[in-house]
Amino acid sequence: MSQATQDSVREDGVIASVSGPVVTARGLDARMNDVVYVGDEGLMGEVIEIEGDLTTIQVYEETSGVGPSEPVESTGEPLTVDLGPGMMDAIYDGVQRPLDVLESKMNSAFLDRGVDAPGIDLEKKWEFEPTVSEGDEVASGDVVGTVPETVTIEHKVMVPPDFEGGEVVAIEEGEFSVTETVAELDNGEEITMHQEWPVRQARPAAEKKTPREPLVSGQRILDGLFPIAKGGTAAIPGPFGSGKTVTQHQLAKWADADIVVYVGCGERGNEMTEVIEDFPELDDPKTGNPLMARTCLIANTSNMPVAARESCIYTGITIAEYYRDMGYDVALMADSTSRWAEAMREISSRLEEMPGEEGYPAYLAARLSEFYERAGYFTTVNGEEGSVSVIGAVSPPGGDFSEPVTQNTLRIVKTFWALDADLAERRHFPAINWNESYSLYQEQLDPWFVENVEDDWAEERQWAVDVLDEENELQEIVQLVGKDALPEDQQLTLEIARYLREAYLQQNAFHPTDTYCSPEKTYGILTAIHAFNDEAFKALEAGVPVEEIQAIEAAPRLNRIGVQEDWEAYIEDLKAEITEQLRELY
Amino acid sequence: MKEYQTITEISGPLVFAEVDEPIGYDEIVEIETPQGETKRGQVLESSEGLVAIQVFEGTSGIDRNASVRFLGETLKMPVTEDLLGRVLDGSGQPIDGGPEIVPDERRDIVGAAINPYSREYPEEFIQTGVSAIDGMNTLVRGQKLPIFSASGLPHNNLALQIARQATVPEDEESGEESEFAVVFGAMGITQEEANEFMEDFERTGALERSVVFTNLADDPAVERTVTPRLALTTAEYLAFDKDYHVLVILTDMTNYCEALREIGAAREEVPGRRGYPGYMYTDLAQLYERAGRIQGRDGSVTQIPILTMPGDDDTHPIPDLTGYITEGQIYIDRDLNSQGIRPPINPLPSLSRLMDDGIGEGLTREDHADVSDQMYAAYAEGEDLRDLVNIVGREALSERDNKYLDFAERFEAEFVNQGFDTDRSIEETLDIGWDLLSMLPKSELNRIDEELIEDYYHEDAESVEAEA
Repeated sequence: MSQATQDSVREDGVIASVSGPVVTARGLDARMNDVVYVGDEGLMGEVIEIEGDLTTIQVYEETSGVGPSEPVESTGEPLTVDLGPGMMDAIYDGVQRPLDVLESKMNSAFLDRGVDAPGIDLEKKWEFEPTVSEGDEVASGDVVGTVPETVTIEHKVMVPPDFEGGEVVAIEEGEFSVTETVAELDNGEEITMHQEWPVRQARPAAEKKTPREPLVSGQRILDGLFPIAKGGTAAIPGPFGSGKTVTQHQLAKWADADIVVYVGCGERGNEMTEVIEDFPELDDPKTGNPLMARTCLIANTSNMPVAARESCIYTGITIAEYYRDMGYDVALMADSTSRWAEAMREISSRLEEMPGEEGYPAYLAARLSEFYERAGYFTTVNGEEGSVSVIGAVSPPGGDFSEPVTQNTLRIVKTFWALDADLAERRHFPAINWNESYSLYQEQLDPWFVENVEDDWAEERQWAVDVLDEENELQEIVQLVGKDALPEDQQLTLEIARYLREAYLQQNAFHPTDTYCSPEKTYGILTAIHAFNDEAFKALEAGVPVEEIQAIEAAPRLNRIGVQEDWEAYIEDLKAEITEQLRELY
Repeated sequence: MKEYQTITEISGPLVFAEVDEPIGYDEIVEIETPQGETKRGQVLESSEGLVAIQVFEGTSGIDRNASVRFLGETLKMPVTEDLLGRVLDGSGQPIDGGPEIVPDERRDIVGAAINPYSREYPEEFIQTGVSAIDGMNTLVRGQKLPIFSASGLPHNNLALQIARQATVPEDEESGEESEFAVVFGAMGITQEEANEFMEDFERTGALERSVVFTNLADDPAVERTVTPRLALTTAEYLAFDKDYHVLVILTDMTNYCEALREIGAAREEVPGRRGYPGYMYTDLAQLYERAGRIQGRDGSVTQIPILTMPGDDDTHPIPDLTGYITEGQIYIDRDLNSQGIRPPINPLPSLSRLMDDGIGEGLTREDHADVSDQMYAAYAEGEDLRDLVNIVGREALSERDNKYLDFAERFEAEFVNQGFDTDRSIEETLDIGWDLLSMLPKSELNRIDEELIEDYYHEDAESVEAEA
């Protein structure tokens, strides 16, 4: 969070009342959403209501011991984030205070109050290399130079969106801190590597376009059946224990985005620690560099102040938009948007607002859609193409998808990955229910898969979906009469569907090879099962009993394709063996 | 210190008093009734001229003439290593007749959040000696793993069994003396239950390494909101200042949440689901998230909260919110209990989220993950088939299906059912697992690595089974 600049301080007030994270102040001259410092310890807060002389503030820190008549000081500025090199490989709390800096500043493993730190290191020197020269015309949003931010990411220094632009009169290469001027324009504007942007306001872009490229996740059920586009939106709702967080982690690890912003919103501390420990050791599948070099973490765990939980989603998306402006594909994972909604509810109820459905504020739907609308595939102000994909986990109480957060989210997002407690219970992971989930991007992404993977990508997928649908219907009969009462061809269909479930839909996130599955391999596994299907039905027509077909020794090996490094050879081999063993039967 | 006789309203556990000086939020208050009785409370809302106070010991006996004193500090817990072996009431006063506690330090009971950056990821296996936990839902140091139970089920016996048997095999091997302590926080449990715990603690000698906080069923409900915080503050001190590995057992979280609801209702707050306050998630998180490990510190805080699900319903807000915060859950099952299975843990809905990093070669055994996966899948399949058997009978099922039915039965009878006094090592647990898995043909073991099948699968079991 940016430091308050002294000259912008307006008239101070005093605290009138304190109730948890909600504080009211008297005599404060502040605008809506301005950041204020509350009490003797200077706790950070934000103005959320103004009524006559009384200003209501949500405080981002614990308020124990704070009482009336303590001072409240306004910064005169809304909640902003610091943007500039240094955000990759960083870990922030919900108001962009770097947690590693806080640890050393507080000299404690516990989070103390009233300590602030800028979101990016203001002292550190970066190697700036200009991409324009003196005399060039630059407009707002244009890139004036680059900085090697991490091994993976080249940070582009842009003319801030609120600058007019003009002719470059001075620019030179060298080492600069983010506050030093790297370029001067003829109208007197000075460009630094540091920008500030209010989090609740979307950064401008030239045009929003229809996304046509998939965000390849390396997860078979997602890429194969329910793909998300670069610039798309997805929701992962599911009861506890169904694998929301593992799915989000898998996406953060393997999605082919340039930048990943991972927002841990009101979730577990140990989970964030896992990310902090794992990511530096994992390699980005695209570049081979450590994953952290393209990742920004925002960790506002469930026991950290609730008001900062409300803001962490905005902090995350603003950082994502900033990298989008440089022309990168950014993926933002928000785990979990329900905690964000609950934070809104908690604040709203302390304000004694009239509640909407299930106690959530009436503006819940508006806030959710505002947030998801910031995703998209854009032409940026400077004419580049960049995207922000948003994947939000939803934690419906009791696993009931009819609750307001899930329902309002589903009205906006185009991809729905429904996690299922039953599947999780039988350790079918990822526990994404293939009957309930959907992706509205399928058709606009098929051309990409046809071009980059295989011509009959869409047909193969449809075959798999048909078999799974048929299984679903047959299962209802099996529940009543048992499997053996079915005709032989239907029994065989059930067997094929079982392999689709076990070899194709299931994927072991903890297996070093199976954890990532390229679209080619996804397609390969599907065709291997399809080949077994075709040969098996031929054998059945030739009069081979279904038990014998099921019993061939090679078939169970379909389940092991996922863990093979050299899967192409393995599939070739397996197909040949299945054919041979089946043909021996007739 | 100023005394006020300005009480304007008394409502349930709340007292409203007028003041002429600023009072801090969360500050501690003493109220002296005209009869000379002193009650303690806490500031819930402070505004100019008026404060709302939540009284821990109940408001009966307070009238408009009672005097109110603000102590100018928030609630603190006196902590010292000497607390080990002591029994305290729900507000931290000793009730065992022992000497007065001389604290090293007085700590704020709200407790600051651990910086996620400073945490160390939990991955040290704790052997509880209970197969259904060690084998299928492994507990690790620094984890919070609640027991989801319901009225009339033996969750207390299981908690005691864990407290008694929990060890870290790795430490034993390396000869490293790990100091182990139990902090027990009881909220609203009956005197009888409390006796059961105390007798077991005394019988096994566990008391001398335990700190016990008891808020009984007839103690004031509001006090229950403080008890777990006192217990966790003590646990954090023992773990992160004195290097103990602390196991915190909190029972019964349902009573704690009822107390929250009571206060919420008295304050006329807008209620959330089923009348529980909208901030219950945050409130519970502030308790559960105090489990963990910290980089550079030797100790750890592991939590086993126990809750009874009203109406056996795990979508009720209490288990639901708990499940979203904790790292898994252990389900106690009513059906298994009535079948005489002890401990009646149902592994299917149970889960330990931190299991994958705490098991495997060098931690438990190389085959652990695969065995547990396969047993889950096999037991789930057997369970499914049971419904079918009820309709079509066992004869109508295929040989394969019958094997799964047998598996499910033996899994319950041999793997889960071990009694509350049997302490099984992880090797024993996994070996029993292989005994059961060997009932199934090798080709069905699709979740186990082929090499492991070669090493552990015993062919004979199949034939033995066939003969039988």
